[in-house]
Amino acid sequence: MTSNPKKLAKQPEHPLDDLIRTERIPHIWCPGCGIGTVFSSCLSAIKATEIPYNKFTMVSGIGCSARGAGYIKLDSFHTTHGRAIPFASGIKMANPELKVIVFSGDGDLFAIGGNHFIHAARRNMDLTVICVNNLTYGMTGGQCAATTPNKAKSTTTPLGNPDAPFNLPLLAYAAGASYVARWTILQTRDLTTAINEAIVRKGFSFIEVLSPCPINYGRRNKEKPLDTLKLYQDRTIIKNGANPALADIDFDKGVVIGKFIDIDRSTCDDRYAELHRPCSDD
Amino acid sequence: MAFWRTPLDAQEIQVTRGTVCIIDDRCKGCGYCIAFCPKDILQFSDKFNRKGYHPPTVTKPGECVNCHYCEIICPEFAIYSVETDSAAASK
Repeated sequence: MTSNPKKLAKQPEHPLDDLIRTERIPHIWCPGCGIGTVFSSCLSAIKATEIPYNKFTMVSGIGCSARGAGYIKLDSFHTTHGRAIPFASGIKMANPELKVIVFSGDGDLFAIGGNHFIHAARRNMDLTVICVNNLTYGMTGGQCAATTPNKAKSTTTPLGNPDAPFNLPLLAYAAGASYVARWTILQTRDLTTAINEAIVRKGFSFIEVLSPCPINYGRRNKEKPLDTLKLYQDRTIIKNGANPALADIDFDKGVVIGKFIDIDRSTCDDRYAELHRPCSDD
Repeated sequence: MAFWRTPLDAQEIQVTRGTVCIIDDRCKGCGYCIAFCPKDILQFSDKFNRKGYHPPTVTKPGECVNCHYCEIICPEFAIYSVETDSAAASK
């Protein structure tokens, strides 16, 4: 009884199979979760840069989306909660050759790790930060997060969230990020292009990706995963170069998406090399 | 596709054809590929995969235009399309 006649002689190969740890697939993300789409878009973008794979590192914190670092077949770090950006900054300072990608969620990057984010943006660390924003704390059971929209229901706010959410592109811009974009998982090609641009360019690049959380956010707000994607289709306005101050998340009036900021600033590494390298003691 | 005015080069445009490949055991049945296929050639199949979900199946195999959208929206790395030989597909 060891042979299984239904088993295929050869498993078909997905085009991204060379970048994922296939023995761990299927991954833990729920049916309808958008993190897998963002992850595969990120892998396609890595592939499209044509830079050798050993020049990449992926760093992530804690949370559903942070599991991404465990599925990619590159050097990757799954770090402590909220500390993905400090780890990534350290990697970048130690080896400026590497392309460092931070792949994490909104709770990790903006709730517990908010301070690290603004300081990395201020220094213009040469990182690519991809924030999967599912508007809630998905892994711990759908509590009200810093990005939960006003009036949305969650485990801790069963009557609706009384507070206003963070406007992440405005926060990133105000802190000094040199590339700021926001897409949803439905604009997958634009998202891949944006990640590709962000990896290739120098400076702190921040990409926010809206993604459905059908189990812990959608279920409490009467949204099936396909309803959320319909919302992304009907209630988003693509406006490149828009003012990030107008990009707050309010699906009643429409959410502005697109590439908001793309400016050149000297990076932390350039300034550090100018002042401190080679060391004066050498 | 219906045109308001037929483009002048409509005869010269080569539409690529593709074959959809589905890795059944990776699918979790979210239905994104089925909902967003521009040619509506996918639907849930009646059979179950190893995890108990209904993977998609191709209903009109000749109509895939190899746009890769199912491949890039699939969160599970479970579906992709490959281009079929253009000479064979043009009939």
